[in-house]
Amino acid sequence: MANPILVVAVPSRGKLSPAVYELVSAGRKLADSLKQPLYAVVTSDKASALAPDLAARGVDKVFAVEHASLGAPVDDLHAKAAASVATKENASRVLVPATVLGKAVAARLAVLLKAGLAADVTEILDGGLVRRAYFSGNLVAEVEFKTPVGVMTLAPMSFPRAEAGNKGEVVTVAFDPGASKCAFVSFAAEESNEVDLGAAERVVSGGRGLGGPEGFKHVRDLAHAIGAAVGASRAAVDAGWIPYRHQVGLTGRAVRPKLYVAVGISGQIQHLAGMSSSGTIVAINTDPACPLMQMANVTVTGDYNELLPAITDEIKKRKGSPVAA
Amino acid sequence: MALHIVVCVKSTPSNVNVPVDPATGQPKTAGVPPTLNPYDEFAIEEAVRLKERVPGSTATAVTVGGEAAAEVLREAVARGVDGGVLVSGAEFEGGDGFATSLALSSAVKKLHAEKPVSLVLFGKNTSDGGSGMVGAETAAWLDWPSAIGVKKIDAVDDASATVSRMMEDGVDSLKLALPAVVGTIKEINEPRLPSLKGKMAAKKAVFPKWGAAELGLQAGQVGAAGAGAKVVKAATPPARPAGVKVEGASSAEKAKKLVDILIERKLI
Repeated sequence: MANPILVVAVPSRGKLSPAVYELVSAGRKLADSLKQPLYAVVTSDKASALAPDLAARGVDKVFAVEHASLGAPVDDLHAKAAASVATKENASRVLVPATVLGKAVAARLAVLLKAGLAADVTEILDGGLVRRAYFSGNLVAEVEFKTPVGVMTLAPMSFPRAEAGNKGEVVTVAFDPGASKCAFVSFAAEESNEVDLGAAERVVSGGRGLGGPEGFKHVRDLAHAIGAAVGASRAAVDAGWIPYRHQVGLTGRAVRPKLYVAVGISGQIQHLAGMSSSGTIVAINTDPACPLMQMANVTVTGDYNELLPAITDEIKKRKGSPVAA
Repeated sequence: MALHIVVCVKSTPSNVNVPVDPATGQPKTAGVPPTLNPYDEFAIEEAVRLKERVPGSTATAVTVGGEAAAEVLREAVARGVDGGVLVSGAEFEGGDGFATSLALSSAVKKLHAEKPVSLVLFGKNTSDGGSGMVGAETAAWLDWPSAIGVKKIDAVDDASATVSRMMEDGVDSLKLALPAVVGTIKEINEPRLPSLKGKMAAKKAVFPKWGAAELGLQAGQVGAAGAGAKVVKAATPPARPAGVKVEGASSAEKAKKLVDILIERKLI
């Protein structure tokens, strides 16, 4: 009997997020390594409308669990819906995005399926082992599941987004997750139209070296010019120069962009833990000896007040109009 | 109305920049002094603030760990929590989040039977294991509603708590029926330092110690035997190659050279 790999596509505000496409490519790698089929389950009030998109990205079979209550971001309802498919299909590995809702769903799935859990997985190794960072990013662990079923959350931006592939089958499943003791009241969207940090391909972050909130104007200008999200160090957030939502690091968000530009950030270990797996790190700082300048791929020593506008101008000159996100 | 708040805390190494022990392939933490997991300070502070908000409420700290983990309970009392429980014994050694959350949920159930629990609070994650999943897994074992990533407890009464959960794209408001589990984030408060009165209380505090038997669990359900996953091997992340220094006589020249590199590497 097959023990498929199951991708849990927990929608975000009624849509599939790019993180789900990353799960599909990671799931395909795992499925091929373990010689198992790759299935997905979409738990949503619009599941049957969302499922074909996944089926067209190389998933062998997509289960659309559709119920009105699955329109709300309530973890136990989505977990019950996904667990019903995982159990019925004898899934051996269950992949969930490491988003706030995804983590909550994964925890419930682990208990419902009596499955070990590996969080924030960044790599799938041969033989089904997975790799994740721990000890605040100072170490990486190779994790093996001891239970027949393993649940894992995948760190955003760690796997490529699955593109069009073999077209799989869509199966509609009738399932009523019942009532929850958690009621969704409302959602207030972040007002700014800035790029989300966790899913950003480029991030420009500012730190204590900016000297004040006005320094973030230069950071934002550069970010806009290259279609980047705006990040910050804890020091800048604690000083009240920018909201907590932008904080990169252990107490904030973990990011893995292709390009990370750190401006006036000395590089406390807590900050490094949140961004050290970025593709290319550019550090701009007055202190060439600070930890971030030591670990960066490209360093520029100097005053950000002069450097940032010069860099932004140069980019605009070379690339023409600002690049879209 | 009075609340009973449980706050789950962990004793973690005070320095997590540790080497790998070549003999075991595991992190070498022996000799590193333990401390309260820094993210738990926010959960403890929130428990104390809830006590201040709802007079007559009590807060109990719970930890799973060795004998030395009693020190983090003491730290919680110093910060204003009323008492603590040490879940300890050889059977808990080597547990992962799956096994530890089962132990914590059993301790919460036992406390709940003694005095009904309203809320169970957790820090965002730990500085060592760092999964950030133990709070949500504890809620799952208890089959209680929960929210992680909570930046504010907006309202609480006998029957429910309304919380603000920070999401990737904004803020969700959720109403949790009590008892419930809440995972905090840094934005929820600014932890205060222990008071003199708290330190005095901490000195005198005595904590009951519960093993698997007291929790109604089999030894095989907790610790390494009950773990759902194990670290086969730890390693230090690969070192990054030495960086390129962008130099120039003026900011404009440095900017031009940097943009050259970014374009050449197809980063912008």
